[in-house]
Amino acid sequence: MSQGRPQPVPQQPDLLTVDSLRVSFGRGIAENTVVRSISFSVRPGQCLAIVGESGSGKSVTARSLIGLAGRYANVHARQLRFGGTDLIGLSDRAWRRIRGTEIGFVLQDALVSLDPLRRIGKEVGEGLILHGAVSSREELAQRVIALLKLVGVPEPETKAEQRPHQLSGGQRQRALIASALALDPRILIADEPTTALDVTAQAHVLALLEETKTRGKALILISHDLAVVSHVADEILVMRGGEVVERGNAVQIFKDPVHPYTKQLLDAVPSGRPRGSRLSPSTIVRSPARQTQLAVQSPPKSGPILLEATSLVKRFKGPDGTLRAAVDGVSFELRSGETLGIVGESGSGKSTMARMLLALDEPDEGAVQFAGRPWTTLAERERRARRRSLSIIYQDPLGSFDPRWTVGRIISDSLSSDVETRRKRQERVIELLDLVGLSKALLDRRPLELSGGQRQRVAIARAIAPNPAVIVCDEPVSALDVSIQAQVLDLLGYLRDHLGVSYLFISHDLSVVRHISDRVIVMRRGRIVDSGATDEIFRNPQSEYTKSLIAAMPRLVRDQRIGHSATILEEGIA
Amino acid sequence: MMGSDAVRIVVHHPIVWFARRIFSGVVVVWAAATFAFLIQCVLPGDRAQIIINVTSGNVGPASSAELAAINAKYGFDQPLAVQYGKYMLQILHGDLGESYQQHRPVAAIIAEQIGPTIVLAIAALLIAWLIAILTTLFIAGRDNIWSKLLNDAQVFLATVPPYWLATILLVLFAVKLGIFPVIGGNSPIGLVLPTLALALELSGFFGQVVQNEFTRVLEQPFVTSARARGMSDFGVRLRHVLRHAALPGITLSGWALGKLLSGAILIEVVFARQGLGGVLVAATSSRDVPIVSGAVLISAGLFVLVSLIVDLTYRVVDPRIKLT
Repeated sequence: MSQGRPQPVPQQPDLLTVDSLRVSFGRGIAENTVVRSISFSVRPGQCLAIVGESGSGKSVTARSLIGLAGRYANVHARQLRFGGTDLIGLSDRAWRRIRGTEIGFVLQDALVSLDPLRRIGKEVGEGLILHGAVSSREELAQRVIALLKLVGVPEPETKAEQRPHQLSGGQRQRALIASALALDPRILIADEPTTALDVTAQAHVLALLEETKTRGKALILISHDLAVVSHVADEILVMRGGEVVERGNAVQIFKDPVHPYTKQLLDAVPSGRPRGSRLSPSTIVRSPARQTQLAVQSPPKSGPILLEATSLVKRFKGPDGTLRAAVDGVSFELRSGETLGIVGESGSGKSTMARMLLALDEPDEGAVQFAGRPWTTLAERERRARRRSLSIIYQDPLGSFDPRWTVGRIISDSLSSDVETRRKRQERVIELLDLVGLSKALLDRRPLELSGGQRQRVAIARAIAPNPAVIVCDEPVSALDVSIQAQVLDLLGYLRDHLGVSYLFISHDLSVVRHISDRVIVMRRGRIVDSGATDEIFRNPQSEYTKSLIAAMPRLVRDQRIGHSATILEEGIA
Repeated sequence: MMGSDAVRIVVHHPIVWFARRIFSGVVVVWAAATFAFLIQCVLPGDRAQIIINVTSGNVGPASSAELAAINAKYGFDQPLAVQYGKYMLQILHGDLGESYQQHRPVAAIIAEQIGPTIVLAIAALLIAWLIAILTTLFIAGRDNIWSKLLNDAQVFLATVPPYWLATILLVLFAVKLGIFPVIGGNSPIGLVLPTLALALELSGFFGQVVQNEFTRVLEQPFVTSARARGMSDFGVRLRHVLRHAALPGITLSGWALGKLLSGAILIEVVFARQGLGGVLVAATSSRDVPIVSGAVLISAGLFVLVSLIVDLTYRVVDPRIKLT
């Protein structure tokens, strides 16, 4: 059964035991139960992964384990034991003795989980001071440096003096983990520790967590991403709507999932599926004819050139006042009906380039031609009439909607003025909603009343409303849960084949880009380091950088567990 | 390329930033001086006539010979541009003109009186901050009877006009209870009631601003992070939340000090304290314009100074802010 998987020593007793945990918010009629009777246990040197999508109750479960579910939470359990301590009804003072010392907790998103006004060293050393673990200032400084070294933060002496915004995403996440490891706790709980990170940073953090596990610590990993979890987890708990739908050995679950929801989650991971295939069970596309259409991989496109960028350069003033090229001599072309993927880590210049393509920023050098005519060199007045042919979908649709507008108004606003009568506009909006798989019942809703997936569909409907030739998708699925991401990717694929629109698909997620693109450009520090047909790039990457990105890509390991083989690069280079 | 980079580094140097701030401050003061000059010229009524009336105490019109003498003495017969140039030159030499009534330099009169006013305003600012922070530390994000009561008290104080509060405090603590002197002069004990009268309104206002931000910051992930390290609720409030919550309040302090200075003038009259208040009230009612425009100029200068201090403080509290 265990294919090369090092099993934890069976004699080890459970470190944390949870029996029938139930968490609700509010009281009386307003009581809302978010976690219903879940049970699990963790042993030292073992990793339990709690997997689920937003709203599944996984984060609340994690917080209940350190007594921080919140003021309004009612936490009940038949048993909640840590080591020899009963955690039920623990006083605040007793909790504080356990937090940080016995249980380390790493919150989601290090950017906001480290105090932005304090130095990294202070945050990392805070636990040491609170629990009286150091006797002098010198000892504190030494311990902090040692901790930062342990988690692999480069130049720990410098970084300790800096503030969170001066560190990269990966460094911040590692510093946050260092602060949780400060007092060498017996168990580490990490809530989505890799979600906001680039692939290479993600690989670093996963390696770090794995190493913590091999040092004999128990690990509880909370994630929505099965691909991330598949490398570290020994046991998996799949949660949905506050309940455990499947629980078991990681190998078993990846190889042979029992519950349909687990299957659905596994299917939704792009890296686990053939390129271009359906990721979500049919929800948007109803007719069988459309389904077959989707399953067919689109042939290589060779239509006329729609968008052509020549030697684009954009410079920005850096923090020290010097100019830095965010985009440095980038040229490419996008053909009609084609999807061009642009991959790069944060800071690679992808979004700056998108803004220039949309003519929101003027390039310092070079120019963009749109449909064979000048585009960026024009005056805005001349551009305006043609703007409708170029749409955009953003990562965060909520931020791009007026919260007071209804869905109907948001989409209608993007319609061409050729659609004159109110009735015709209304009909067209309903048609668009139908096209993106939304019911017309949503017409009068406002953005805040929609789910994340619904919002992104409305954003897509708005983008296709003026019948554009090109849609720039800037990280369109990065903020979405895997199953929603799968649905949105399927929808984008369907619309491309149905409407003949071209996509410029920008993402940091290689598996997503690989899934949807015909051709791929890999960007790094404002330059193109690799470009070519998608299969070619992924099979035979030319640059070292692309190779390292592909190696660091978390892949869903379904049949056999392979150790995490990512090439760990120094972050300064990567 | 190298050359222009070097220039850019220089431009972002703190000293350059400071110089730029000083320069824009000078522009503000210059605008205020121009305004003060225009007050003198544009006010209805002949200036020579006003001067004669103020000096002599008579209300009737003066003879044309007298008027001509005054016009010649003060240079009112010269073109406006010449008068403006002379006025600016005077200011550059620290001369704010002469009081019509007292026949003494305005600068000297203001210098004598401004001390107690500034002391009162700054004391009120500090006390307002102290009260706001102490109450917020204990009530923000808590759901008990005390936090509700104190919150209501803050709202109440923020809406009460200081002169009304001053009268109440005076009657209660000085007249009825006799704890504080009715007329304190400039002794420290005499400063207590005027300071409170000024500070309480502002403390309610600051309190609401800080509390709003405080409640928001309490929910931030980095606060939960600190709790997960084993920090107590009060520790979290003091070490993590307060600094963030104080930021909007600091920005408002510059504005608040301006408001306090004008409030102090009123309070000084209520408490019959020495200070700019009495002088200004007297000058305004007797149309002693040089004193009024001198005060305008001085308060513009103070305002520039205070906003510079506020910006510097903000930078110390929030190091993420770049000097721009």
